[in-house]
Amino acid sequence: MVACETQCYHCGENCDTEDIIVQDKHFCCDGCKMVYQLLSENNLEAYYQLETRPGNAVRAEQSKAQYAYLDLPEVQEALLNFREEGCAKITITIPSIHCSSCVYLLEHLPRINPAIEQVLVDFVRREAAITFDDRKLSLRALAELLAKIGYTPDLSNNKASKISSINRSLYQKIGLAGFCFGNIMLLSFPEYFIISEDDLVDYKAFFGWLNFLLALPVLLYCAQDYLKSAVASLKQRIIGIDVPISLGIVALFSRSSYEIFTQTGAGYMDSFAGLIFFLLIGKWYQNKTYESLSFERDYTAYFPIAATKVNSKSEEEQVLIKELKVGDVIKIRNQEIIPTDSILKSEKASIDYSFVSGESIAIAKNRADKLYAGGRQIGASIYLEVLKEVDQSYFTQLWNQPVFQDNRVAVLSKTVNVISRYFTLSILSIALLTLCYWLWVDASVALLTFSAVLIIACPCALALAAPFAFGNILRLFGQEGLFLKNALAVEQLAEITDVIFDKTGTITSNKHSNAEYDGDLLSDTENLLLKNSLRGSNHPLSRTLYNILEDNNIITLDTFEEYIGKGIEAKHETINMKIGSANFVGNAQDTSVLNTTVHISSNAVYKGKFTFYNSYRKGVAKLFNQLKQHFDLVILSGDNEGERKNLTKLLPAKTKLIFNQKPEDKLEFIKYHQSEGAKVLMIGDGLNDAGALAQSDVGIAISEDVNVFSPACDAILDASRFKQLYHYVKASKAAIKIIKWSFVLSFIYNVIGLYFAVTGQLAPVVAAILMPLSSITIVVFTTIVTNLLGRKLE
Amino acid sequence: MSVIYILLTVSIIVAIIFFVAFIVAVRNGQFDDSYTPSVRMLFEDELVKEQPKSTIKTNKTK
Repeated sequence: MVACETQCYHCGENCDTEDIIVQDKHFCCDGCKMVYQLLSENNLEAYYQLETRPGNAVRAEQSKAQYAYLDLPEVQEALLNFREEGCAKITITIPSIHCSSCVYLLEHLPRINPAIEQVLVDFVRREAAITFDDRKLSLRALAELLAKIGYTPDLSNNKASKISSINRSLYQKIGLAGFCFGNIMLLSFPEYFIISEDDLVDYKAFFGWLNFLLALPVLLYCAQDYLKSAVASLKQRIIGIDVPISLGIVALFSRSSYEIFTQTGAGYMDSFAGLIFFLLIGKWYQNKTYESLSFERDYTAYFPIAATKVNSKSEEEQVLIKELKVGDVIKIRNQEIIPTDSILKSEKASIDYSFVSGESIAIAKNRADKLYAGGRQIGASIYLEVLKEVDQSYFTQLWNQPVFQDNRVAVLSKTVNVISRYFTLSILSIALLTLCYWLWVDASVALLTFSAVLIIACPCALALAAPFAFGNILRLFGQEGLFLKNALAVEQLAEITDVIFDKTGTITSNKHSNAEYDGDLLSDTENLLLKNSLRGSNHPLSRTLYNILEDNNIITLDTFEEYIGKGIEAKHETINMKIGSANFVGNAQDTSVLNTTVHISSNAVYKGKFTFYNSYRKGVAKLFNQLKQHFDLVILSGDNEGERKNLTKLLPAKTKLIFNQKPEDKLEFIKYHQSEGAKVLMIGDGLNDAGALAQSDVGIAISEDVNVFSPACDAILDASRFKQLYHYVKASKAAIKIIKWSFVLSFIYNVIGLYFAVTGQLAPVVAAILMPLSSITIVVFTTIVTNLLGRKLE
Repeated sequence: MSVIYILLTVSIIVAIIFFVAFIVAVRNGQFDDSYTPSVRMLFEDELVKEQPKSTIKTNKTK
């Protein structure tokens, strides 16, 4: 037995199953040791100096043929950004990039394999842009190299670098608007201060023209998004925030141009350029979200791209899974995922559905059993006959539900949209009233005051409040472990009435860690044998049980045999012990089918069983007690009722417990509640919750590692922050309040401005002060208050 | 006072030069990734004992 405190030099995991020592360094497995040796051979040991224990555990169980599909030309075509004789470029997502050592190692890959010319890592997006010689190194070999050193590439989700082109154009717009804004300001200064001086009159026209020329690109390039989206929303008969902004923009520009052309005034080009500049800054601030996280994944991101098909001449070939036909025979190797519903042709299989249900224990299957898509084979290769085409399988059908086709219009914020509708209407009526009044009093200034009202009422501050407040909230939540997809999620989180939890993997952690023994007492020698037989097994239940049982001496077993999907048989001196399923052990009449159990027999005499219980996340009971005062709580589990007793004990009495829910049932359950007016927050983890997460108003996927796995959702919650859920809900309510208050502030500014406008005394200098001042007030206000809110979160 | 025309023209031309430099920087991707370079610069020390390679971006624009 090795002391458990030794940590692997490479990945930092405990070396409790194995401990390999090379050059005084401990390694937890062969994989880690090999990576270390590879790196030290290539002078890359600095990898371990930049950070301690930076490595990703390398699981040796990866199948050799896992990347075989990368040899298919159509797959390469789709993945490579660029290819020419001897030079290929690809941008790969590598979710396990997590520290500076990772950047170091990946960017020094050319030292390990000279066929790689250059690697550029984007840390934030967890992407690596790799240039390599595809004559010397195939794409498949490249992927295998990355996997070998622990940086398994995620090729299923190649979003290319679309984001950066959007960002670049935004930067250009900000740059241009800032440039024009600054210059126009400078040219307008004389106008503000020495208006009466006679000298200036000569230059006034010149300054005006220069201002006009500078403002033109701002209108045509920088402001085009606002104008376009205003037109688009008017076509859909919606009055969003872009409508009053565009009104203001157009009014500002035409009024100013008119003044410049007719030489009746200096115009408001400074306010105009400043407005656009501030708006773009707000947009930029809001765009800084979680680029590295993917909220839009569907099943295709988890499924293999190709499968190994065995044709009639029993040759193996790689085919894309969407080309699989009913009746095809496919080969699934150890650790590969079953792409579609099929019938098992081999004797035995052991399928791990953790990927689908969150349940970590593999299920044994026999010949002719039906296997559902999404399971992962553990053990030897198996052969399957395809029963349904991929998009028709039990599992992928979930994605044919209308909720996944739903193209909801992306609105920044419902609150802002509602308010801006009333706002626009009232502004228009005030403007019209002013127009009528002045037509009656003094027709010569009527049009001028009319445009002045539109100018000053332009809801610049209003438009900035939401991006800054929401942007800040999103950032603060992110620091606290809740990653929201967008601002809308904050609003919806504030409105929820019902909270629905998935069970396995959500309120329980993924591992079984409690077991109770039930049966005849085991003798000391039996206990000794039990512990020692478990040591040899890698089955998750064996590992769990091994960790629970008390330490014992190490003995050498006379015989040890592991039967995959059944159990272990071990012999020591006079005792022959069987550990495993009820059938295997010889206790066919075991009645408890609800729980996960491990049975034990000694010399063919049945002894008893260990029953495993899910261990609940810390703070579950407290969280439910906090939530029950405000929301209806439901647990919606795909599992059987085995845990009902434990749950009723643990959770508040009014929590509804519903078991045996298929993915579609969960979706329907939520739909039904929504039809009754409930706003549902769904918290789940596995792909079996994907439908429910998409249907719910806010779907939060809980994840042990936010960068690796999550189904499509509105937010990803770091599993260790689970108990704080209630605080997030409270904080989002507070965020909405902040938005509303900042609206009030901007209304006050508007009223002051309107006073000047309606009475017809809006001088350019007033506009030039009032507009930036209101915007800055709002930005400062929202930033300070949201930061205070963030402090409360901690 | 007509010198103001010259001054203004010069000032705007200077400003335009900076503006163009900014646009060129954006198009070359300087603002695409604002985090990784801060990590990358930590590696330079280690490179001294080795033959200098890779991380320093060579102008390979293939």
